[in-house]
Amino acid sequence: MILFRIFREVLRRPLGVLSAGVLIALYTAALLADVLAPYATNEQDLERTYHPPTALVWHDGSLQVQAYELVDPTEAKYAAVVGQSYPLRWWGQGFEYRFLGLFKTQRHLLTIDGAEGRLYLLGSDSTGRDVFSRLLYGARVSLFIGLLGITITTTLGFLVGGLSGYFGGRFDFVAMRCVEFMMAMPGLYLLLALRSALAPHFESDQMFFVIVVILSLIGWAGTARVLRGMTLSIRQHQYVMAAESMGQSPLVILRRHVLPNLVSYLLVAATLSIPGYILGEAALSFLGLGIQEPSASWGLMLSQAQDVKVFYLNFWWLLTPGFAIFVTVIAYNILGDVLRDIVDPKMKTR
Amino acid sequence: MIAFILRRLLTLIPLLLGITMLVFILMSLAPGDFLTPVKAQRDVPAELIQAIETEFGLDRPWYVQYVKWLGNVVQGNLGHSWAYKLPVVDLIGQRLWATFLLSLAAFVFAWGVAIPLGVLAAIYKDSIFDRIVSALAYAALSVPEFFLALLFVFLAAQTGWFPLGGATSIEYDYLSFAGKCADRAYHLILPTLALGIGSIASIMRIMRANFLDTIRAEFVTTARAKGLSEFVVMFKHVLRNAINPLVSSFGFAFSGLLSGALMVEIVLQYPGLGQLMYQSILREDQFVVLASVMMGCSMLVFGNLLADVLLAWSDPRIRLEKKK
Repeated sequence: MILFRIFREVLRRPLGVLSAGVLIALYTAALLADVLAPYATNEQDLERTYHPPTALVWHDGSLQVQAYELVDPTEAKYAAVVGQSYPLRWWGQGFEYRFLGLFKTQRHLLTIDGAEGRLYLLGSDSTGRDVFSRLLYGARVSLFIGLLGITITTTLGFLVGGLSGYFGGRFDFVAMRCVEFMMAMPGLYLLLALRSALAPHFESDQMFFVIVVILSLIGWAGTARVLRGMTLSIRQHQYVMAAESMGQSPLVILRRHVLPNLVSYLLVAATLSIPGYILGEAALSFLGLGIQEPSASWGLMLSQAQDVKVFYLNFWWLLTPGFAIFVTVIAYNILGDVLRDIVDPKMKTR
Repeated sequence: MIAFILRRLLTLIPLLLGITMLVFILMSLAPGDFLTPVKAQRDVPAELIQAIETEFGLDRPWYVQYVKWLGNVVQGNLGHSWAYKLPVVDLIGQRLWATFLLSLAAFVFAWGVAIPLGVLAAIYKDSIFDRIVSALAYAALSVPEFFLALLFVFLAAQTGWFPLGGATSIEYDYLSFAGKCADRAYHLILPTLALGIGSIASIMRIMRANFLDTIRAEFVTTARAKGLSEFVVMFKHVLRNAINPLVSSFGFAFSGLLSGALMVEIVLQYPGLGQLMYQSILREDQFVVLASVMMGCSMLVFGNLLADVLLAWSDPRIRLEKKK
């Protein structure tokens, strides 16, 4: 199996192990957000807005959370209360959720003892929500939009590109003019226009799917074009002619004989274009046109950081979603380059 | 060559027709129109609204509106912006200038930094310098532009070294000519950096790869065998050949700059075409959206054309005319 062989090759390169490890960790964290997050996405605390990250101190032989008090409400200044801290509890009780949709539980990895204390690993935002928890829940949207988007795009691109490369003629002509049309449009403009047209017809909790559809509608053209060219050359091979003369239907030939030849290319192309979807969602949500409150996504969280107050009072922890995006994108880019080196050694970048 | 250019320009016509039609359909799908905020104002008489609606055919289906708009455009009338109370041509003219200035600055900055960096990284391949520059380029490629812009706003607010957005200061109109230039340049620094850093990385990587490819060519061995100094070999023979493929990406860079500036303009509140486009979509300022989409598409086509022409000019092996 070719995918298995490629995977084994990835594990033999240090950069491959590193990037794949980072990505696996990120996706696992997103899936287990319920367990890892101390608070729910919308657990507000209006007494503690723009709270800085809480320090962890070693006290009475255990790890404890430093207590803070509000010094200046106008500037959201907090000061540590000397000598007061709340014990951390591993695997304690918190809000109720369904573990992976299977059974109800209240256990969380990290919680805090004492009702008046709050655990803010990465500070709190303008309504006192825990940034760390929202980062984890936001990862679900931001990370899976890439996977879903690339699946739709690749399927669409393969169908259009494969069929037009295989049949040629009139179908090919029409399909390729469509592709050129899509590619001639400035992507971000089209994104904005599509979103303003589609959004009013959907509820705000369906926005996730609207965004996936919009991003995929824009992205399929490039894939289709490359796949058409590759299909054109593959269909000259004798085994395709043999399959044709045996009377196999075009769709079967595409799936059984053409697709296996494209797998390695598709894998590399998909890995390198997933960041595009993540960035697209982030940009849309950042502009207030994507995922809507109260859901969380990295782009949406960053749009909160656009406040003048945030700049002047240095609430740097509100920028962490940007670093999360950066780490994800760089991991995908490195993994993509490693895959390309494996699949096509001639294309080596260095 | 001229026939080729004409042919390419002709393809622009169906493209623009198709795109404006698509935008028209999309905007008619969205509820409300540019008159919705006007209707909410009490002091606008109902007869006036009625008159405007019939003038632009707003009560008719979208294809009638489209044909009407198209008729106006052919006569050189791009319509009127409702939000800005200005003819679209004037509005776009102002904004286009600002965006063009920004794009040009980012372009000069990116190319001016990227090419020497790429060449040096290739000459000193596998040195510490090469490794650091390559790693930095990798990081720069992966930072979202708007996040970089956000970081710059943070920097400006914290240090006070740079203005917090805008293209000019408040006292701009009272400055001397030199003062005006300096003021504009000062406001351009952050947007230029935010826009340029991503392209530095990609240009540098291409330059480095090209240079490394060319070093292995046989004419380089010949030049060295003749006893030419390493400096002459590198800069007279290798550089000239390695820069060829970049000439075509010059055109592509040109095409991408106008639409690429959108996010940076919004975050840094730079009054350019991208920001205008974004605001008019939100306000359903239909004619402004149509005009800016047309601008964006034309730039894209011109940029691609420029890329092809430049490539043919710099590389004699490429001929644009069809084989006889």
